[in-house]
Amino acid sequence: MIRLTNVNKTFDKKPALNQISTEFPENKVTVIVGPSGSGKSTLLRSLNLLERPESGQYQFNHDFDIDFSKPISDKTILKLRQKTGMVFQGYNLFAHLTIIKNIMEGPVKVLHQNKNEARKNALALLDKVGLKDKANVYPSNLSGGQAQRVAIARSLAMAPEYILLDEPTSALDPELELGVLKVLLQIAKEQQSMIIVTHNMAFAQQVADKMIFLEDGQIKFDGSAHDFFTTNNQRIADFISAMTLHEIK
Amino acid sequence: MWEIIKTATPQLISAGIKYSIPIALISFFFGMVLALMTALVRLSHKNRFFLIVKGIFRFYVWLFRSTPLLVQLFIAYFGLPYLTIPGIFPNGIKMSPFLAGILVFSLNTGAYGSETIRASILSISKGQWEAAYSIGMKKMQVLWDIILPQAARISLPPLSNSFISLVKDTSLAASITIPEMFEVSQQIAAQNYQPLTMYCLVAFYYAIVCTLLSFLQSYLEKITSRYTIQ
Ligand SMILES: Nc1ncnc2c1ncn2[C@@H]1O[C@H](COP(=O)(O)OP(=O)(O)OP(=O)(O)O)[C@@H](O)[C@H]1O
Ligand SMILES: [Mg+2]
Repeated sequence: MIRLTNVNKTFDKKPALNQISTEFPENKVTVIVGPSGSGKSTLLRSLNLLERPESGQYQFNHDFDIDFSKPISDKTILKLRQKTGMVFQGYNLFAHLTIIKNIMEGPVKVLHQNKNEARKNALALLDKVGLKDKANVYPSNLSGGQAQRVAIARSLAMAPEYILLDEPTSALDPELELGVLKVLLQIAKEQQSMIIVTHNMAFAQQVADKMIFLEDGQIKFDGSAHDFFTTNNQRIADFISAMTLHEIK
Repeated sequence: MWEIIKTATPQLISAGIKYSIPIALISFFFGMVLALMTALVRLSHKNRFFLIVKGIFRFYVWLFRSTPLLVQLFIAYFGLPYLTIPGIFPNGIKMSPFLAGILVFSLNTGAYGSETIRASILSISKGQWEAAYSIGMKKMQVLWDIILPQAARISLPPLSNSFISLVKDTSLAASITIPEMFEVSQQIAAQNYQPLTMYCLVAFYYAIVCTLLSFLQSYLEKITSRYTIQ
């Protein structure tokens, strides 16, 4: 379980996260939605410590209890990052490494796995995301959808406790998006803890156990997916329908 | 004329093999080490101590990029013997011409190279750093395993050009009495009174070496372009 308590982050004196307190349950999928600039990415990146909030508590299982107003040791940062895999909107595959090497990089260099073992594991993951035949190809030769599936496999290879996905499909055409979403649904079925930022409401409704709605750096909804999609709150209902129209367009 | 070419060629080639090529290779090696160090220091943002070190490296790059190479060679070989430092160099800093040449060429290559490497590192997208950090890699690991291999690929064409320039610039070492190719061609011309033939001949040999290096560059670029950097 990840628990945030009163987390604040500002950029140039402007608050991006304002008193964020919430929980991300284990073995569940939490979906974060909200308008552009509401702080979704900042929240996700803070969990991976790519962004450093100024204050608040960050509790990760029983392993870490971080006070953002105090310095965080390098060891804690590295360990926490291993436990929170990140999938980026722009894939960010290592351009100079083949697909298989992309996936093996973390296990070999960070977890010090034996190379053969890492390779075997990587091939199994590539199979899982349907790209076994691309093992020796470079990222520049993949479509966006394929690249994102590799990025998902790369994060799974570290066996993280949580996978954080920041708009994993918003750079993709609908046909390519579908392949990625299928992979994510499969992983969700396997009870992988995930936190997903997405604008795709149909997908959110299908995959989410829990929903968070962010606006102006504040949590405006925090509850079950069912409650979110059947809410009486006009602001949220408007947001959902705007997003859904956006999908249709 | 054939007679002249036939007798001069072995001497020129031997001067090239003994001096021009070793000077270029050794200077390029040390220049690249220095360039990488300088680039990394200048890109680091650490504490106050580093600020001073950064200042020193910046001054070094500025100094060598804004003064002529020939003047640098003269200072190192003819000037420094007059610089006495009590305790360390009480009789002035005296170096063999070869050493002075290597020193200046290395420092010069390092200054230009550091700018190339720095720009290449900066051109790698932030996403590459973040992806590497996000799997728990340490800063040095990210740098060596992810960033520098890609930066090296980007730096390859400009650094190859620097090396080719360096090969030609070794001819300036003639001015500090190193008997490299150009110096030898001058000596022969002074004896046989055929400056046109001699200087064209030595130009031809420089051109051959540089052309071979261009081929090598294209080859290296080809084998390293299996991937493209977004
Ligand atoms: N590196 C940064 N420097 C300055 N301001 C930033 C930075 N990153 C984010 N911000 C600001 O913080 C606020 C939250 O940004 P964030 O990227 O988290 O929003 P978001 O919800 O992910 O938006 P989007 O849907 O467009 O991705 C925005 O006002 C943004 O301009
Ligand atoms: Mg965002």
